[in-house]
Amino acid sequence: MLKVSGIHTFYGNIEALRGVDIEVHAGEIVALIGANGAGKSTLLMTICGKPQAAAGQITFDGADISRLPTYQIVRRGIAQAPEGRRIFPYMTVMENLQMGASMTDPVHFEDDVERVFTLYPILKERRHQRGGTLSGGEQQMLAIGRALMSRPRLLLLDEPSLGLAPMLVKQIFRVIKEINEQQDVTVFLVEQNAYHALRLAHRGYVMANGQIVMSGTGQELLANEEIRAAYLEGGH
Amino acid sequence: MAVASDAATALRPLDPAYVLKEAGAVAAIVFALSISLVGFKTEDVPGGITVVTRFGAVAIVTVIAFFGRLGLILLREGRPFPVLVTALPFALALFALLLWDQLFAPEIGLRRFLPFGDIIVNWLLAIFAAILAGRAAWTFRHEPREQSAEEREKKMDRVVAAPVQRAARLVGPLLLGFAIILPFLPIADRRLLDIGILVMTYIMLGWGLNVVVGLAGLLDLGYVAFYAVGAYSYALLATHFDLGFWICLPFAGIMAAFAGILLGFPVLRLRGDYLAIVTLGFGEMVRIILLNWYDFTNGPDGISGIPRPSFFGLPFVRNPPEGTETFHSFFGLSYSPIDRIIFLYYVILLLALATNAFTLRLRKLPVSRAWEALREDETACRSLGINPRNTKLTAFAIGAMFGGFGGSFFATRQGFISPESFTFIESAIILAIVVLGGMGSQIGVVFAAILLIGLPEFFRELQQFRMLAFGATMVTIMIWRPRGLLAHREPTIHLSDEKTPTGHN
Ligand SMILES: Nc1ncnc2c1ncn2[C@@H]1O[C@H](COP(=O)(O)OP(=O)(O)O)[C@@H](O)[C@H]1O
Ligand SMILES: [Mg+2]
Repeated sequence: MLKVSGIHTFYGNIEALRGVDIEVHAGEIVALIGANGAGKSTLLMTICGKPQAAAGQITFDGADISRLPTYQIVRRGIAQAPEGRRIFPYMTVMENLQMGASMTDPVHFEDDVERVFTLYPILKERRHQRGGTLSGGEQQMLAIGRALMSRPRLLLLDEPSLGLAPMLVKQIFRVIKEINEQQDVTVFLVEQNAYHALRLAHRGYVMANGQIVMSGTGQELLANEEIRAAYLEGGH
Repeated sequence: MAVASDAATALRPLDPAYVLKEAGAVAAIVFALSISLVGFKTEDVPGGITVVTRFGAVAIVTVIAFFGRLGLILLREGRPFPVLVTALPFALALFALLLWDQLFAPEIGLRRFLPFGDIIVNWLLAIFAAILAGRAAWTFRHEPREQSAEEREKKMDRVVAAPVQRAARLVGPLLLGFAIILPFLPIADRRLLDIGILVMTYIMLGWGLNVVVGLAGLLDLGYVAFYAVGAYSYALLATHFDLGFWICLPFAGIMAAFAGILLGFPVLRLRGDYLAIVTLGFGEMVRIILLNWYDFTNGPDGISGIPRPSFFGLPFVRNPPEGTETFHSFFGLSYSPIDRIIFLYYVILLLALATNAFTLRLRKLPVSRAWEALREDETACRSLGINPRNTKLTAFAIGAMFGGFGGSFFATRQGFISPESFTFIESAIILAIVVLGGMGSQIGVVFAAILLIGLPEFFRELQQFRMLAFGATMVTIMIWRPRGLLAHREPTIHLSDEKTPTGHN
C-alpha cells in the first residue's frame, strides 16, 4: 500500500533521513520505534510531503506521491494525527471534526461523527467544548478522530501516547486496534513507547540516526535483546 | 492572588525611591516624546511658516504624567485615599472651569487658568482625572484583587462580549429599523444623513475586511487599494462608456477581487508582520500608479463628472434635458436636493445589508471554517487536505470585492475621485474598525464604525487630535481587551439532532 524507498530528507544541511526504506501493507498495523531525534516524525512528515524528500521515492497504491503537495497527498486517502496533536484550539470538538471532513462528501458526515463518538464517547460529551480546553488525552482522541473523519485508508499516528497517563495509553492503543480491525484502516504508528507499540503492531521498524536499523514482526522485535536493552528497559 | 483577603491585608510598605523612579521614568518618556511632538509647532504666517515653541505645554504634560502615574502606583499598592482627594477636586475644578468656559465663553477670562490652550485637551485631561478618581473610589469599596490578563479576558467575554453578541440578535434588528426610518425622522437633516452614509460605508468596508482579517487572520494594511480599484473601475467605465451605476457595480467588484488575487499570490507564504508590510506597500503602489498613470487615470487631477446613480433610470436633477423623466417629476413631487441624499443613503444601506447577509452566510460555509482553521494552524490544515493557497486567495478576493463595491459607491456619491482619497490612513481606519470591533464580530464592526467615524464627525473640534485619539483608543483596547471589544466566537455547528428539539436522546 505504502512503499518508501531510499528516502533522504534534509533540514537545511542537516540530513534527518539517510536512506529510509519502509513498506506498509494494506490491513496492517506497522510500528516505527526509535529514540528521540531519530527522525521518526520527519519520516511521517516526509510521507505527507512537508518537508519533501530530497531523494528517493514514496508510492501510495503504486502511484508516486513524493512530489505532490501535502493537500493532494492526503486527499488520496492518507490521514495524519501529527506530533503534538495540533487540534484547532479555538474551535469546538464538533468543528474540529468537521475540519477533518473537509474533503469528504458531506452526506457521510453524520455517520462518521457517530463512528468517532462510538470510539471515543467522551468526545460526544465534550462536543461543544473548545479544543484548547480539553485534557491531553481528549485532545489526542480528537486528533485521531479528526484524522478518521477524512475516511482514510492509511492512518499515520505520531506518538499518540506521548504525555498520557498509563490508563489512557492503554485505551488509546486499544482503540487503534479497533480502528484497524473493525474499520479496515491501515495504521502506521510512530512511538517511543516501544512495548505497547510492538505488542499492538503486526510488524515493526527500528530507527536510529535517520536510518532503519532493524525490522521484523512485533513479537520478534519485542523478544530481541538489543531492543530490550535500548528501548524497553525500565519501560512499561 | 485572592489569598491576600484575610488578616494579611496589611499594606506592603511603599519604597519611595522605587515609586519616584517609576513615576519619574514615565515622566521622562512623556517629556522625550512631547518635546518634539508638542514642543515645536509650525504655523503659517504671511510669507512662509515659522516654528512656534510650546515648552510650557511640554512642562505641563510632563508634570501631569508624573502625577498621573503616581496615582496609578498608589492605586496599585492599595492606597486609594490620597489619589481620591487629589484627583477628584482636580477633575471637578477642571470640569467646572470648562463648563464655565463653554457657557459664558471668553467674556470672563477664566480660560487662562486652564492648563492647555486647546479646549479639547483639557476635556481629555478632566476625563482622565475623573477616571482616576473613579477608580480610587471603586478600590475603596472593593477589595483590591489582582486579576490576570487571562481572567479578565474570560470575565469580559462572559460579562460583556457573549451577552452583547446574544443581544445583537435584538440590537441588530433595532439598529436596522432605526437606520431604515432615519431619513424620515425630524432629526434627519442633510448633515446627519451624510454622516449616516459615511458610517455605513465604513461599516460595509469593515465587514468586507473582516473576512480577510477577522476570519482568515490575514493582516491586511492595504485594503484601501481595493476601494480605489472599485472607485476607479466605476468612474472610468461610467465616464468612458456611459454605463450606469448598477451595471458597473458587479464589474467594479470583479476588478477589485482580481486585484485581491493579484495581491494574494505573492504574499501567500507571508504571515503576521511581514504580510502587513507587504499589503501596506501594495496599497501605496496602487495609489502611486493612479497618481502617475496620467493617460488612464488622469493622475492627480482625478476624474470628475462621475454619474450619480439613478432610481431605476430616473435621475435626480432639477432641470433635466428636454423630454427626460426625473425622479421628482415621475412621482409628482417638487424637486428637493435632499431626495438624492436619501436615495444614496438607501443605496449604501442596501449594499451594507447585502454585505452583511453575504458574510453571515459565508460563515456557515466550509470555506469560512477553513479560513479560521488556517489562522489557527496552517500545518494542520494542510494535513487535512485543505489547499492553503486557494483558501487564502478566496479570502483576499472576497474581501477585496466588497472593498470594490464600497469604492464604486464612494465614486458615485462624490462625483469626483482622485488618488488623494485613497491614502494609507483609510486602510488604517478600516482596520481599526475591524480590530476594535472584535475580529470576526459583525455587530462589533457597527459599534466601532459609529464610534470611530460617527463621533469624530460630530465632534469636528477633535479633528486635529483624531489620530491621537485613534492611537489612544487602540492602545487602550489592546491592553484591556486584546482580542477586540466584542470578540466572542459562537460555535457554528451542532449535532443535527440538537437543532430539532424532538430529536433529543
Ligand atoms: N524543523 C526542523 N528544523 C531543523 N531540524 C529539525 C526540524 N525538525 C526536526 N529536526 C531535526 O531532525 C532530526 C529528527 O527529528 P525528528 O524527526 O523530530 O525525530 P523524532 O520524531 O524521531 O524524535 C533531529 O535531529 C531534529 O533536531
Ligand atoms: Mg517525533
